[in-house]
Amino acid sequence: MRTIDLDTSSVRELNAGLHGAGAAPEEWQVLHPHGKHALAVGLEAAHKVSIDGHAGYYCGGMNKEADITVKGQCGKGLGENIMSGTIRVEGNAAEAVGASGHGGLIVIEGDASSRCGISMKGVDIVVKGSVGHMSGFMAQAGNLVVCGDADDDLGDSIYEARIYVRGKTGALGADCVEKEMTPEHVTALNQILKRAGMACGAAAFRRYGSARKLYNFDIDNAENY
Amino acid sequence: MCGIVGLFLKNPELDNSLGHLLTPMLVEMTERGPDSAGFAVYGPQPPQARLKYTLSGADGACDWPSLAADLEQLLETEVEYFVRANHAVFILPAQEAQVREFIAARYPDLHITAIGSQLEIYKDTGLPAGVAARFGLDGMIGSHAIGHTRMATESGISGKHSHPFCSGRDFSLVHNGSLSNHNGVRDKLRHEGVTFDSDNDTEVAARYIAHRLGRGRSLNDALQDALMELDGFYTFAIGSADGFAVLRDSIAAKPAVLAETGDWVAMASEYRALAALPGIEQARIWEPKPATVYSWSHERMARAA
Repeated sequence: MRTIDLDTSSVRELNAGLHGAGAAPEEWQVLHPHGKHALAVGLEAAHKVSIDGHAGYYCGGMNKEADITVKGQCGKGLGENIMSGTIRVEGNAAEAVGASGHGGLIVIEGDASSRCGISMKGVDIVVKGSVGHMSGFMAQAGNLVVCGDADDDLGDSIYEARIYVRGKTGALGADCVEKEMTPEHVTALNQILKRAGMACGAAAFRRYGSARKLYNFDIDNAENY
Repeated sequence: MCGIVGLFLKNPELDNSLGHLLTPMLVEMTERGPDSAGFAVYGPQPPQARLKYTLSGADGACDWPSLAADLEQLLETEVEYFVRANHAVFILPAQEAQVREFIAARYPDLHITAIGSQLEIYKDTGLPAGVAARFGLDGMIGSHAIGHTRMATESGISGKHSHPFCSGRDFSLVHNGSLSNHNGVRDKLRHEGVTFDSDNDTEVAARYIAHRLGRGRSLNDALQDALMELDGFYTFAIGSADGFAVLRDSIAAKPAVLAETGDWVAMASEYRALAALPGIEQARIWEPKPATVYSWSHERMARAA
């Protein structure tokens, strides 16, 4: 295991070290992050990174393959544009979790703030607690799973992402509607919950998605969305 | 972009460390606002119901002893004052209108940054670390404080344009964001007799809220009024004689994080500004919701105890 202490090393040194570590998976431990920004961004190999404390903005941004755990809270833009791999936050996350994320999995064990999953394009986001207002804003693909409650304007201007909420929802956003939970959705949701390590099953969840009134949806192109 | 911070001490044993705790918070927000910085500190009250008038000579040197002599003659009483860099705090009787009129007429280069029984405001251009050091923030004592680091986007860079703004006795406000209807609101307020020190948008917010308070609205109600009247992006941190409040607009795109322990409540634009506070590891940390007033006061805490 390699340890980097941010009391004595810079964030640039941390990221350069991670980028230069090669393709063979390694374990990294980051000490004293003190809410610094852009920790462990742009990784392209299946390293396992533990951030032992609170992270600032854009932690794990553009992640490919790596498995990042934040043992604390996280600032905005966690896992922005994530491509693959897994990011787990043991505390709460600020706004815009997984913004425009293309793939991979993000798990928030606490609450996530506003605009969780904004413009997501294929990432799966699982929040054990609740999410703030305007979550799933313009979400295009992927799954946003909220085990707690979702605040107002959920799924505003949503495209083809799927949103599952176990608790209460505030007012739904423009063009977002509740949809039927078919056996296919239950199976898919159960798989995501299992991958995220959540104890609850799919049973109590409700599904939300696009009413497709705001954009030019054509059923013949459904597979391309 | 700007950075804002606030610290409200619940435990009076920490009052002696207020400036010491606020300094690293302010300095940590340098990247969000490197052109100017300022802070409002709620410190000890002067005796005999006198008020503290914080005066800034930032836009021109001031001969403080001769100002003191002039004020003694005007007010027919002995005048005490102390100097911190290019600011001075005068301890004067509460004849506010008379003092304002006199300073405007005789010392037009001076700017009154704050008036209050506890409030003192220090603000100037320069990097936050330099501004904090110049005024000796590290050694300041008090019960609560708010601070600001500025990256100007809508009006000039000067001491007068810097935050915090004081728009009423012991009332101060800092702002991250920009208001889009400040010209209209300023015009309305001017028609009602409100005067302005600058063309800054935040000053409009500060004066609007103070104007509502002057109409007998509670702080909570005045902030609800602000949500209806002020258009734009904002996170405000607000100080009053006994309290501290945080408000975000209904979109809440400007950042804010709150943290609370048994000893203090703190807010900042970013968590890293809170990272050095004692006990942060055990603090409850959360992001304030949009269009929601968060406030704390010592009086309320005493009632609850």
